[in-house]
Amino acid sequence: MLFGTVSLPHAIAVWQRNAAMYRRTWKLNLLPNFFEPLLYLLSIGVGVGSYVTQMEGVSYVQFLAPGLVAVAAMNGASFEVTYNTFVRLNYEKTYDSMLTTPIQPEDLLCGEVLWAVTRACIYGGCFFVVIAALGLAPLPSSFAALLVLPMAGLLFAAIGIAFSLRVVTIDLFNFYFTLFLTPLFLFSDIFFPLKERLPGAWLWLAEALPLLHPVRLARAAFRGELSPILAWDVLYIVALSAILLAAAARTARSRLTS
Amino acid sequence: MVSPQTRFDFPASPVAELRSVTKRFGDRLAVDGLDLEVAPGLCFGLLGPNGAGKTTALRMLYGVTKPSTGTVRVFGLDVALHPRTVRARIGVTLQENVLLEALSPLENLRIFGRYHLLREPELGRRAAELIELFELGSHARTPVRVLSGGMQRRLAIALSLMNQPEFLILDEPTTGLDPQVRLVLWARIRDLRDQGTTVLLTTHYMDEAERICDHVAILAHGRLRAEGAPGALVRAHLAPEALELDLDAAAEAALFSGLEASPRRLRAGRRLFVYDDDVRPHVERIRRRDGGERRPLVVRPTNLEDVFLAVTGTSLSTVPAEEVRP
Repeated sequence: MLFGTVSLPHAIAVWQRNAAMYRRTWKLNLLPNFFEPLLYLLSIGVGVGSYVTQMEGVSYVQFLAPGLVAVAAMNGASFEVTYNTFVRLNYEKTYDSMLTTPIQPEDLLCGEVLWAVTRACIYGGCFFVVIAALGLAPLPSSFAALLVLPMAGLLFAAIGIAFSLRVVTIDLFNFYFTLFLTPLFLFSDIFFPLKERLPGAWLWLAEALPLLHPVRLARAAFRGELSPILAWDVLYIVALSAILLAAAARTARSRLTS
Repeated sequence: MVSPQTRFDFPASPVAELRSVTKRFGDRLAVDGLDLEVAPGLCFGLLGPNGAGKTTALRMLYGVTKPSTGTVRVFGLDVALHPRTVRARIGVTLQENVLLEALSPLENLRIFGRYHLLREPELGRRAAELIELFELGSHARTPVRVLSGGMQRRLAIALSLMNQPEFLILDEPTTGLDPQVRLVLWARIRDLRDQGTTVLLTTHYMDEAERICDHVAILAHGRLRAEGAPGALVRAHLAPEALELDLDAAAEAALFSGLEASPRRLRAGRRLFVYDDDVRPHVERIRRRDGGERRPLVVRPTNLEDVFLAVTGTSLSTVPAEEVRP
């Protein structure tokens, strides 16, 4: 089996290292997580929303809320596995040091991904609390959206770390954020329903966009509606994550061992 | 206490052994047919200039670099097949300190101990012991960032001792440190050896090798050039006294022509080294030839630096520093 060689206790030791570093700065890290959603909701939800009466049967700010929860999870995971992973690999030599102990490349990859998923849950969780406090998350059905956080975290941890282990210069992360994550943010059903703007023949192509799937799951949770397409969303997330993590494991072995 | 020399006379099964090991990176041969055996309880020094293959040899011992050909065994286990088992019983300090600068020495030790799956109360007990042993008590709870270079190096070595390794690997433990910090580290390394830990260190300082190593191996261009106890190595290769001076080749030829027994001479650039049982006659001859002028020259006991020059043909100080990065 692909991940059969991972030792979970060692992966958890890697996770604990990152958690210890995060605890040192969690107060500073957490505060922006509460403000970010407020700013989006205020500017786009309330500001732009006042020109838009309704979107898919709800107020614009209500339409926006679930998508932004998924985005928060995406950002939480992405920051961790891009700059932080690159610095640990290339500058701080953290991974070289871990490999002098019984930790193997697969363990540290697993630990890093677990940590990125944790960050995604912290980010997304904060966002959810703010939205719920503003009465924009119908309770209790929208609690199901919390299940989307680790899925979105896993997906963007896998995409990010597969990228980070391959890049040779830190400047390439500008491309990753500006030309990959930002377009995803803008065109993944968050601000407007894609199916109303995109010709039907092109809709299948939009299914390739990774962020689309967590957004659809989060929105379904907020609405409390189950539909067959959600199974496809979960399958997409799990399958793409597995493929990318397998590739990342190969890259980690070739970058760290010789 | 048993002297290291005595211990070496009773060979037990080696802690680590490399058998006909070759490592190729692309078309560059970093290690070329290397045979090494590290006997238990010794401090073993791997000497050589940058680019000699020292770090590659170390990486093969803890299993992150796999030999292209040959086998590497530690504790009798093939490292390529049992990397986790081997690494659980060894400690490795890398050339560069890898520390969490925002955290304290105590926190660094505990996090590293977790990599070895240590748990409380063992984790806390071992961390406190090492803080004590490496005299970091005054800064145990200070962010590592503000510690001096010597303290950071001590902490880096302490990390690799969290799992109480039977075999400790130190990659250039004292490079870039102040002389008094080096003395303290040498004392710690000797203590560890005296308590039964086998130590393997790399260095390009010959004085370091002479001070703390029981056995040294000289590596150049990935090959083993000579090995043995430092004193024995010097005796086996060169006469006990060295005369060192700046002299060009023509003057050298004139000075030593016509002697019935010409002494062994080595050269590194303008610097000439003359080895003999007694170099005084050579000094006198040089003085006579120079007339009244007293040219600066050095008479000293032959040391490992000279052996290095003799077996590799290059002086450590003139070898260009090319980094080997696998």
